[in-house]
Amino acid sequence: MKAKTIAQKILTAKSGQEDLEPGQFITAKVDLVMANDITVPPAVGPFEATGKQKVFDPAKVVIMPDHFAPNKDVASATQCRITRKFAQDYKTVYYEVGRMGIAHVVLPEDGFLAPGMLVLGADSHTCTYGALNVMGMGVGSTDAAAAMATGKTWLKVPETIRVELTGRLSGWAAAKDVILTLIGRIGTDGARYKVLEFGGPGLASLGLEGRLTMANMATEAGAKAGLFEADQATLEFCRQAGAPVGTPFAPDRGAEYCRVVELDLSAVRPVVACPHSPANTVEVPELAGRRMDQVVIGSCTNGRLSDLAVAAEILKDRQVSKDQRTVVIPGSQKVWLAAMKAGYFEIFVNAGAAVSTPTCGPCLGGYMGILAQGESCLSTTNRNFRGRMGHAESMVYLASPATAAATAVKGTVCGPEDL
Amino acid sequence: MDAIIKGPVVSLGEDINTDDIIPARHLTTADPEELAAHLFEDMAEKMAVPNGAVIVAGANFGSGSSREHAPLALKGAGVRAVLAESLARIFVRNCINIGLLALEAPGISVIKGGEVELDLDKGRIRSENGIEISVPAVPPFIGQIIDAGGLIPWIRTGGLD
Repeated sequence: MKAKTIAQKILTAKSGQEDLEPGQFITAKVDLVMANDITVPPAVGPFEATGKQKVFDPAKVVIMPDHFAPNKDVASATQCRITRKFAQDYKTVYYEVGRMGIAHVVLPEDGFLAPGMLVLGADSHTCTYGALNVMGMGVGSTDAAAAMATGKTWLKVPETIRVELTGRLSGWAAAKDVILTLIGRIGTDGARYKVLEFGGPGLASLGLEGRLTMANMATEAGAKAGLFEADQATLEFCRQAGAPVGTPFAPDRGAEYCRVVELDLSAVRPVVACPHSPANTVEVPELAGRRMDQVVIGSCTNGRLSDLAVAAEILKDRQVSKDQRTVVIPGSQKVWLAAMKAGYFEIFVNAGAAVSTPTCGPCLGGYMGILAQGESCLSTTNRNFRGRMGHAESMVYLASPATAAATAVKGTVCGPEDL
Repeated sequence: MDAIIKGPVVSLGEDINTDDIIPARHLTTADPEELAAHLFEDMAEKMAVPNGAVIVAGANFGSGSSREHAPLALKGAGVRAVLAESLARIFVRNCINIGLLALEAPGISVIKGGEVELDLDKGRIRSENGIEISVPAVPPFIGQIIDAGGLIPWIRTGGLD
């Protein structure tokens, strides 16, 4: 047998085919399918057209109304109703408003994911699950419908880029800075149709929430998945979440990579991705003095408890700059409750920041912080495409929660050490 | 699949993402014609997309979101094919699955306008002013899905069994 990457091992297990070659087309079993209030409505027709009367396994289909919910307007209310009805009709797992959060925050924390799984999500950031050694792949609505109906999907076996992590982060540099630095280095199509595989001696120093932040943005480099090696911390995270026992896969010695990228964590500095590309990264001091109209702290990238903890540490006993809006969006109800109990909301509100219920909201220009013409926002989200957060002539800058919180205080781009 | 596809070129640059194709604020419908009314709405350079057009784009066309609304909007506008230097992963899957022809054709972006003719049997694209670009053959596996009329019809013939 040939030496394999993590992706080749997972795909071998799920397809039952040995010695898979990059470029080969296969069909594989999926362990879970996820879709949301934007991707379910276009999936209903294709699902019904398959002729199947039920989903392959109702416990393995998760429907999460997270994008425009709580309903932002009549049109989104209608879509949420279609989404809810689909979940009810086929008895899938469904999170109603009040229980729902951002799918990529909720699924890991509620124990749906275990190492070695193959997961399809009708959402491009499904790659987030790679942090847990899960091959999570973003797909469209028809792909999701087909997988819900059959429990299977078609795939092209990808090549793998190995990202060898060394050293450990220092100062205010965070996991977000690592992934933005990597995307800046390889470009937005640097991993197109490939898998980014993360491992190496630096891995252990990264917390699981940081790994989720990094895997989340694999898609911004065009990747099919962003797969981390599993370690004790991974297994402990999944055990505490109540996940089934998984089968962690490690790469074989001698596995073939199309490229190896060495990334020294100790050399990573806080960075900002400037409009309109996540690869357009500069170090924070280069933007000193640049005024921001808004700061957003949240999203599937940085809406977890450790992200809010860093923001609270910086905003404690400080004030959000005059004439600037700061919106904090915990990623799930569990994160929300934990942040409340830890006293973070008192800090945020005293600082003059708004705290929202969980939602994708402003990240994709939905609501809860839309930008007017000419406005700029520094955000912990994942995309800064033209018009992404509102008016076509508005600007989004991507950064870590630490950089975002410091920028909220000063009103212009800076790091916590500049306060 | 029609062996020969012909249409007026709509020329686009590199890294055209799904927010460029259809801004997220319009994702409150999945109707192709409604979506088509907002095709490329936020792009700096306004462009008309005539019925029957062939999109000719640079590298990484369709990057970003998983929204199937992007190929649906193109289909709703009557786009017959997308030809690009390279295509983003989820976008090309979505095109295959809904039966919109999308092909990678390295060198294609030199064609900036006029009419273009794609001959799938010969694996060749020819522009009005005589530029010829070869197109790699569609892999047989993908060809089966396209010939079936998309992913769902392919499943109904036992595609994933």
